Amino acid sequence: MANILVVDDSASMRQMVEFTLKEAGHQVTVAEDGQAALAIAKGGLTSDLVITDVNMPNMDGITLIRELRSLPAYKFTPILTLTTESTTEKKMEGKDAGATGWIVKPFNPEKLLATVNKVLG
Amino acid sequence: MAIDLAQFIQTFFEESFEGLDVMEAGLLALEPDAAVDLEQINTIFRAAHSIKGGSGTFGFKNVTDFTHLMETLLDKMREGRMAISRAAVNTLLESVDCLREMLVAARENAQVDDERVQALRDRLMQLLELKQTAPTATPASDEPTPPQTLGWCIQFQPYPQMMHSGNDPVRMFRELAELGELTVRPDVARLPRLADLQPEDCYLSWELELVGLAPHDAVAEVFAWVEGDCELTLTPLVEAVTPVSAAPPLPSPAVRPGTAEEGQQGELLLERRQTEDRRKGDRRASAVTTPDGGSIRVGIDKVDAVINLVGELVTTQSMLSALGEGFDMSRLDKLHEALDQLDRNTRDLQEHVMRIRMLPVSSVFSRFPRLVHDMSGKLGKEVDLRINGEQTELDKTVIEKIGDPLVHLIRNSLDHGLEPPDERVRAGKPATGVISLDAYHKSGSIFIEVGDDGRGLNREALLRKGLDTGLLKAGEDYSDEQIYELIFHPGLSTAKQISDVSGRGVGMDVVRRNIQDVGGSIQITSQPGKGARITICLPLTLAILDGQLVSIGQDCYIIPLLSVIESVQIRADAVNRVAGKGEILRFRGQPLPILRLYELFGTEDAVTDLEKGLLVVVEADGRQVGLFVDDLEGQQQISIKSLEKNFRRVSGVAGATILGDGRVGLILDISGLIRVNNPVL
Repeated sequence: MANILVVDDSASMRQMVEFTLKEAGHQVTVAEDGQAALAIAKGGLTSDLVITDVNMPNMDGITLIRELRSLPAYKFTPILTLTTESTTEKKMEGKDAGATGWIVKPFNPEKLLATVNKVLG
Repeated sequence: MAIDLAQFIQTFFEESFEGLDVMEAGLLALEPDAAVDLEQINTIFRAAHSIKGGSGTFGFKNVTDFTHLMETLLDKMREGRMAISRAAVNTLLESVDCLREMLVAARENAQVDDERVQALRDRLMQLLELKQTAPTATPASDEPTPPQTLGWCIQFQPYPQMMHSGNDPVRMFRELAELGELTVRPDVARLPRLADLQPEDCYLSWELELVGLAPHDAVAEVFAWVEGDCELTLTPLVEAVTPVSAAPPLPSPAVRPGTAEEGQQGELLLERRQTEDRRKGDRRASAVTTPDGGSIRVGIDKVDAVINLVGELVTTQSMLSALGEGFDMSRLDKLHEALDQLDRNTRDLQEHVMRIRMLPVSSVFSRFPRLVHDMSGKLGKEVDLRINGEQTELDKTVIEKIGDPLVHLIRNSLDHGLEPPDERVRAGKPATGVISLDAYHKSGSIFIEVGDDGRGLNREALLRKGLDTGLLKAGEDYSDEQIYELIFHPGLSTAKQISDVSGRGVGMDVVRRNIQDVGGSIQITSQPGKGARITICLPLTLAILDGQLVSIGQDCYIIPLLSVIESVQIRADAVNRVAGKGEILRFRGQPLPILRLYELFGTEDAVTDLEKGLLVVVEADGRQVGLFVDDLEGQQQISIKSLEKNFRRVSGVAGATILGDGRVGLILDISGLIRVNNPVL
């Protein structure tokens, strides 16, 4: 069981990811944009994994990753972006900010879990 | 683990429709050919992006493909690589409509208008200057197939900061080990002296040997996330000259077909899941797809308020049970006090629970800027739409039912009420006409007003028409209200001529009926040359009304308190019998028709002497009538039960309720009563 922080402004995606991860026995915290996620992280929540959308209002995923990486507790935490972009350029934007990797949308619960398990080991 | 995606699809639709509204409002606010408002476009882009992401995940591929084009276009605008032309904005607006239809079709398992979708796709493509391709064409991977190998020799040298991105080499080794037999040899040559060692950096590199039939892509995939964070070389292992490695570049049957098959299998799986979802969707069809049975989003503050009140209720309840233990008459005061508190708690709770069903009217109003934008363009009129009070809240059911009537009213104002710019200028008015849409809360009801500063109703034409059709009688004096009222008459409203001369009318009877169906009423005022204003009065909720209980014989009836003007005792000599019109009371200088309810309902043992009973003066649709009853009973809140659903429709009766003492009371439909008994006026 791992502590996973899920950030997405889309309620359906959030619910789907949260449900899938909880079914797999993980502890899940959700936030609906980067600002909320950062507040949670700064509030002292530690995570084994962060899964974040990229395009979000208030604070986008890229900024969130940069901010998280500046927090000691999140310096080495794996962070995965949820991205619809299969082009290298867009994926690299996340990487440059400090993301560990990505999950390309559309994805199904099986693919999500496979990737999460891969990262968590 | 099988996860049923169907449970999230409802949420997906809800947020997608919200997203479409955001896109539409954003597009309408975009000033073509002006400087790019980045935040504005970003908001539109994000909404499109979310719909695209969700639709892909939940299996609506046509939506994903379509949204992708819109998104690409928006992205170009956002980056300034494309002008925000009126043509582009209009195409995007139409695409929003089209997307909405696609989503509705997806929700209801219905067919989409493929031609329309394709036509819009073509227009988007044209704007994007893309070659028009069939929607299903997907780029085939035509990379040359690598020859099969026995395995791979992997040189993996991470840059010092690789682990700063959260990538752990051990994770990659673990994945590689799943692809075949892995040997890991670390290289410690770059390891510095302890004093120089930065604990967060990576100094190790590895030489890995993977023995197995893993294709190049599968191995490269393991390192995809660290591309740019390391030096990586993959060399095929060729231990000896084997028939396989010596084979010419022809695809090796052992590998390529295998991956192709995997892909197909994956698709099959996905398809099967979709059909399962669909089947589940069907089974739940009545619960999920009926528009009325949908869910509602409620602000957390509303839920908290209810929880808070339930807390108070619990306190009152424990107070009462404490009182009940060993009660004696000396504590009667306390009991009364507690009961009063219970009464207050119940009322508050009821009010707050009701509020959960309330939505701001902005959900309906938001579609009007678009309507006005589109229509004024077509009609060549300049219109300023002013919306006020869109945060006013209304019951969800009412909101859903007033949309169409409002569209109708605004269309009428635009089409018939407002004059063309040149005519307005000639009349000494500004060229730009004003249509106002106001919502406000007044004395327990919600009012919505649609006004314009156009030419107003043509009283003369209406009067003539009324006389022609026999709805009005020549020689009688009619008030403006009585004449304007004619536009709601079905016989008149569909007459083509009247809409041409007077400017209004098509389907106004339907508008009124829709409003009445949700317990509302509609009124019109007009000033020649200054404009017309239509006022809709709606109840806060459909489920509960404040009722005045009246008795007729042994029976109890309920009059909606909103319709009651006053109750009076009358003198019989003030009543005149007018041939063909029944009894008329001269009341405050106006003739008031009297309706003896016991006659209408065939009640026995009722008071028949006008001086012994009471006259309840009620008003609906701008007309007053006196209802003759035996006596008034109390006033109370009535929870409405449908008579239609449990019995059948009865004219003059809006519904029924169960009274405190267990009797059934019928709720009177005032405007129905007035219409039934006085069909013309």
